[in-house]
Amino acid sequence: MAEEKIKMIVDGKRMDGRGLEDFRPINVEVGVLKRANGSAIFKFGDTYALSAVFGPKTMHPKHLQDPQKAFLRCRYNMAPFATTERGRPGTSRRSIEISKVINEALSNVIFFEDYPKTAIDVFVEILQANASTRCAGLNAASLALAEAGVSMKNLISSCSAGKIDGQIVLDVAGDEDCEGEVDMAVATIGNEDKIVLLQLDGIITKEEFLTLIDLAKKGCATVYEKQLNALREKYKTGEENVESE
Amino acid sequence: MLKASESYVRKLVEEEMRVDERKFDEFRTIKIEKNAVKTAEGSARVMVGNTHVLVGVKMSVGEPFPDTQNEGVLVVNAELVPVASPNFESGPPNENAIELARVVDRGIRESHCIDLESLCIQQGKEVWIVNVDIHVLDHDGNLIDASAIGAISALLTTKVPKYENGKVNVSEYERDLPVRDVPVAVTVVKIGNKLLIDPTVEEEEALDARMTLSTNEKEQICAGQKGGDGYFTTEELVKAADLSILKGKEIRNLIKG
Repeated sequence: MAEEKIKMIVDGKRMDGRGLEDFRPINVEVGVLKRANGSAIFKFGDTYALSAVFGPKTMHPKHLQDPQKAFLRCRYNMAPFATTERGRPGTSRRSIEISKVINEALSNVIFFEDYPKTAIDVFVEILQANASTRCAGLNAASLALAEAGVSMKNLISSCSAGKIDGQIVLDVAGDEDCEGEVDMAVATIGNEDKIVLLQLDGIITKEEFLTLIDLAKKGCATVYEKQLNALREKYKTGEENVESE
Repeated sequence: MLKASESYVRKLVEEEMRVDERKFDEFRTIKIEKNAVKTAEGSARVMVGNTHVLVGVKMSVGEPFPDTQNEGVLVVNAELVPVASPNFESGPPNENAIELARVVDRGIRESHCIDLESLCIQQGKEVWIVNVDIHVLDHDGNLIDASAIGAISALLTTKVPKYENGKVNVSEYERDLPVRDVPVAVTVVKIGNKLLIDPTVEEEEALDARMTLSTNEKEQICAGQKGGDGYFTTEELVKAADLSILKGKEIRNLIKG
């Protein structure tokens, strides 16, 4: 087709006005649900992820109990209205795969031995999607686990990086997601050089791959700061309330 | 079959050894038999050591995706059938089967090796659907790499049937499926602080993490997936990328040969 390809980067600025290594606005909130043991919201611009943690609680069915450690169950789900075209409700092959990689990423930091015979349920709901949903979901999930008081080595921090119009960019969004050349999701343990999630789609040289990893790691470190601030914020407010009583 | 325990495998690897005495960067013997199934439009049987997968390609006609009205459709599915392992159960595909299929799918899709535009019959209405079905027959580790070899080998043998008056006639072929690249997936596993390739099932049970990178003929990376409960450092990922590119090239020659 003779359709003109849209330029996604003009004079170093992206379609939404961001520079190549800029995030969309990040919003984080911890403790947003009443019933869950832990909960959090993480937003990258228009991508809106909500996570809730239930447990550690007695594992049912009982034959799946591990006398030595807790069992982690993760479910990533996208609301049917979260995308322009309505999604089919319920599990999809995509959501099953993402649930699996989220589970593996979180498994790096949880002290499972502290909770024998239990299950920890982590639910991630994508309420509005504009790329990087698994990253936002994972960021929310690790905060929800922290709020639930699950003992952890550190938080998991995640973001995406990609290649659009031949340039390496942070936090892929909007048209960049479907029109761009490469999209990669990365998660690290806090701001450490420990990569616990990596999913890459698109053609890239080895050198570009490494540039992408470095940029994503920098991004994860920024996300980590935001997560820590949100946690501090949550508990700081608590202290003030006690004092004013 | 007597199996080596997880702790034994880990201890061996720490001492730079493997249960089957291979080097860390050594694949088991790979055997590829093309056109292994007569009823499929394309097929391949792949053995990687004791791991055995059979891949069949069936061509059908259906509707295109709404966002790619002028392109054929690629569908990759994997079944971990109970004949392959005592740990496989019958029933709908579980997360492992789904991940396997999706990782193989992305390696093929993102390399753009199939000319999907040439598989459009009538824009927005009728296109060829390329159904790649991976049947795992014996599981001795490294299913991703074995299945990816099987999938591209099967695609390279695939013929597009005749399509007349709304009917697919599989007894007559119109042309070969247009395949213009040979993507290869190579999985690097981390055990302790060592990296090795082509793990057996015992080694997989002992691994900390795995990184699958698919590479194309130009030796570019076209898809990647990290798995397992552990992590990789950047330095380890650099080594993994080097290994995947190098081994990918060797396997590609084997597939074409």
